[in-house]
Amino acid sequence: MRVGVLALQGDFREHLAAVARLDQEGVEVRTTDELATVDALIIPGGESTTIGRLARIYGLIDPIRERVKSGMPVFGTCAGMIFLASGTTGPEQPQLGVLDVIVERNAFGRQVDSFEADLRVEGLDTPMRAVFIRAPWIEKVGGAVDVLAGVEDPGGGGIHPVVVRQDRILATSFHPELTHDDRLHSMLIELAEEH
Amino acid sequence: MENTTERGTDRVKRGLAEMLKGGVIMDVVNAEQAKIAEEAGAVSVMALERVPADIRAEGGVARMADPGKVQEIIDAVSIPVMAKARIGHFVEARVLESLGVDYIDESEVLTPVDEFHVDKRAFTVPFVNGAKDLGEALRRIGEGAAMIRTKGEPGTGNVVEAVRHMRMMNGQIRWLTTLDPEELMNAAKELRAPIDLVREVADTGKLPVVNFAAGGIATPSDAALMMQLGCDGIFVGSGIFKSGDPAVRARAIVEATTYYQDAAKIAEVSSGLGEAMVGINIDTIPAEERMQDRGN
Repeated sequence: MRVGVLALQGDFREHLAAVARLDQEGVEVRTTDELATVDALIIPGGESTTIGRLARIYGLIDPIRERVKSGMPVFGTCAGMIFLASGTTGPEQPQLGVLDVIVERNAFGRQVDSFEADLRVEGLDTPMRAVFIRAPWIEKVGGAVDVLAGVEDPGGGGIHPVVVRQDRILATSFHPELTHDDRLHSMLIELAEEH
Repeated sequence: MENTTERGTDRVKRGLAEMLKGGVIMDVVNAEQAKIAEEAGAVSVMALERVPADIRAEGGVARMADPGKVQEIIDAVSIPVMAKARIGHFVEARVLESLGVDYIDESEVLTPVDEFHVDKRAFTVPFVNGAKDLGEALRRIGEGAAMIRTKGEPGTGNVVEAVRHMRMMNGQIRWLTTLDPEELMNAAKELRAPIDLVREVADTGKLPVVNFAAGGIATPSDAALMMQLGCDGIFVGSGIFKSGDPAVRARAIVEATTYYQDAAKIAEVSSGLGEAMVGINIDTIPAEERMQDRGN
């Protein structure tokens, strides 16, 4: 199976390494031609404003949206989650709008508030070590979205979703690609095999 | 969630630099420039009082920026904000950390205050340091740096020194990977670097942290050249806001950093950019004014 990783900016090499550990073929995607060759797509961590802006200039937003709508499995981490979402609580920025959630960017604070912690994720038998870096959380979820994990708002605002799934779309606030725990990447590949 | 939460770990500090890869970090001196940089697609901005070209021209002691200015920049953008502290000035570093700066550049562009660098392991905020070669990079990582950049020769618009530093780093890494385990202690002695880090580089064939290019990058082609030489991303100092049309040049450098292997795209984004900053030839700079020799 060919798993594309959007390679406009961010930690796409870490995702390609995860894909290789799972014995799948990884492909860097920077153009619509490259996008057309892949069976699934990963949108990496990075700066969501930079990735969104480059995707818009190089005409990738509509083609990715079309592929996702016609069933291509997609997995977004951190900036990838923001790019997949239908909106943010902040100023407008380019987004795919395929995942029915509203995200809050930098929800936990600045880099000094970034953290790692054990996180229970529905469907996984043991916790994941989750690395949250200037991470977003989900402020509002649509009806078709399953919440697979959440974390407590340090400010007392209740539990916020950080891992969600909607049909063949998977998204996390944190970076499984940094910890060599490939269980969520395996989930993406299973979704692609079913498709 | 159980109480397994940790802040300021190596993974968390190095992780932010991983997210900046393939991106451009731009020097800015006020909120207005920061917004132009963010709008152009910068992954981060570097707050400082004067860009290196002005520091070079005006002389005098160069210090951390006014905290009020740094705060204005933090409030103006949603991308991470870095700021420069003087080499060895751990109080400037603490001040910047308390403001919520996301990365501190312990920078040779400012005037050093000590022959020793800051003990960066004692901080929650991550640090980036400059290096001319592998030994210098590993000494800084040993002190706790979570990201490395070439030093280049800042404020010159001349990329030759950044190229030299990158080639030196790559060559020394390749050399380490060819050595037998018995030879590594001697290599550590030659490099004046911690043996554990020398062993790690010999095993993996790469630095344990992200390595960006910095110092003299002025054009989209300069950025693409550094990416092709194996850098993870680009710092642009004076090159943007000392050029004729900063917004257009900033966008072009961002696009050339992503499509660094595509010469036709680089040609396209490089056309009609207006004037680049005026460059300086390195051999016309007296040795004592070369910033790259500060803080070895």
